[in-house]
Amino acid sequence: MYMHSVELDVSKCTGCTTCLRHCPTEAIRIRNGHAVINSERCIDCGECIRVCPSNAKKAMCSKFEHYQNFKWKIALPAPTLYGQFEGVDDVDTILQGLLDIGFDDVYEVAKAAELVTEYTRLYLKTEGIKKPVISSACPVVVRLISLRYPYLRDNIMPILPPIEVAAGLARQRAKEEHPELKDDEIGIYFISPCAAKVSYIRNGFGDYKSKIDVVVSLKDIYFMLLGAMKKGNTPSKASEAGMIGIGWASSGGESSAILNDNYLAADGIENVNKVLDAIENGNIPQLEFIELNACSGGCVGGVMTIENPFIARTRLQTVRRYRPVSLNRLSKDMHYVPENCYCSELPTYTPISRLSANFSESMRMMAEIQRIRETLPGIDCGACGSPGCRAFAEDLVKGTVSDISLCPVLKRNGGEEENKKDNESNQ
Amino acid sequence: MSESLTFHYDVDGEDFTSAGQASVQVKKNLRRLGISPDIIRQVSIAMYEGEINMVIHAGGGKADVIVTEDKIEIILADKGPGIADVSLAMQEGYSTAPDSVRSLGFGAGMGLPNMKRYTDEMTIESVVGQGTTIKMTVKLA
Repeated sequence: MYMHSVELDVSKCTGCTTCLRHCPTEAIRIRNGHAVINSERCIDCGECIRVCPSNAKKAMCSKFEHYQNFKWKIALPAPTLYGQFEGVDDVDTILQGLLDIGFDDVYEVAKAAELVTEYTRLYLKTEGIKKPVISSACPVVVRLISLRYPYLRDNIMPILPPIEVAAGLARQRAKEEHPELKDDEIGIYFISPCAAKVSYIRNGFGDYKSKIDVVVSLKDIYFMLLGAMKKGNTPSKASEAGMIGIGWASSGGESSAILNDNYLAADGIENVNKVLDAIENGNIPQLEFIELNACSGGCVGGVMTIENPFIARTRLQTVRRYRPVSLNRLSKDMHYVPENCYCSELPTYTPISRLSANFSESMRMMAEIQRIRETLPGIDCGACGSPGCRAFAEDLVKGTVSDISLCPVLKRNGGEEENKKDNESNQ
Repeated sequence: MSESLTFHYDVDGEDFTSAGQASVQVKKNLRRLGISPDIIRQVSIAMYEGEINMVIHAGGGKADVIVTEDKIEIILADKGPGIADVSLAMQEGYSTAPDSVRSLGFGAGMGLPNMKRYTDEMTIESVVGQGTTIKMTVKLA
């Protein structure tokens, strides 16, 4: 069973249908007055969290104070964190803030991102790989491909995303610097801008198990961190990432760093779907690399961030300006991607849309859906609790709802006709 | 089994930016039927190319996708100018698309050849001045 990170507070949910209409995979229904998420279809994109007017949906995360039990705590800040603070253009002060709130070490995801950039350049030169290569960094995209675009499965870059590379290297560094530490005394805490990374860390990537121990929401530690930074302690650590690594936080940062003009970067879940449809149909020009981010603007648009993504992006430009291009280059004689950074297990295709495992049965159900749909008003209002008339017809045929009179428009029109009849007979 | 399902689409010739929509809809419906990903890809590419052709050359038309137990048939019918020389049109790289369309990356002369490549059978009936009907079949293994 896939564990998701979107949590619904039933007492806050008004059943208003906003999330229903925004969900890109039609995973939500309104039943008994509140939203219900179908976990098979959910891709953790966080759109429902973003649009909910009652704040009834949130991403489940570990509370930082609940996880103090590791002796050596290492923070893995996503580069998005660097764009959250007004007037802060020095990454070192943010890193010091993390140490001041109780972390023993900081390992920047941006540092690992620079290594992944180098690996990507090497990987793109490999003969016989399927092009365009699709970035594996956004977990929503990886899950979306496994559910809907099985043909593109082999296009996903089989290299671990920066958070995993960072987690591995952070643990390695802790053990080298503190040989007295036992494995279970070291805790790796990822400071996440998005809900999808939480699910990904819980569920792994195919058969791969995440090396991260705790996921902390960026939102949750923001004020604590802000307070610590205000103290103005002199930074004891210097950032180990350059422009390239920090650039991964916004859309286009990852792909522009591969030193190849033949790329495409798209962000926002709708655009991602359009691009994937286009690649599947073969009607885009031959490209080397495709960067896709489910959130608008890239990771800066994640649902667990504080700052508006466009403001964060602008701040990151300032933060990056006086950084070296990259602080993590591979040595010249390194011509291959390290074995432990490969991820050979890709998620398997799950045909979530199919009506039945039996083809004739699917055909019968589809015919029935088409028949019912013709009787429905076709305005996709969502008032019945399904995301549109077609989905409602499907729900009726599948038996997940039993009564066509749930459609208020049919009911009203039916009522009007009866009224008319009544009036006529009265005359 | 004699049952069949028909999906009907009107391809709007007025709006170039909406070209390719029917192909996406077909893909969704075939997924719901549990058709294998490879077959879905074949059908959606053939359908996409046909749709684009109808928009570029014929001012739109009608598309029907008929699914039966053993095959998927795609019938594209338009009332456009017709194809004067079908065998010439079938050659890779041959195109009569106007420059305005080429500048958008279409009109490479691969539409019809791709439609043939991705389907098991293809017939073209075309009368100059009256229109074109293309019938393609993809067999379900």
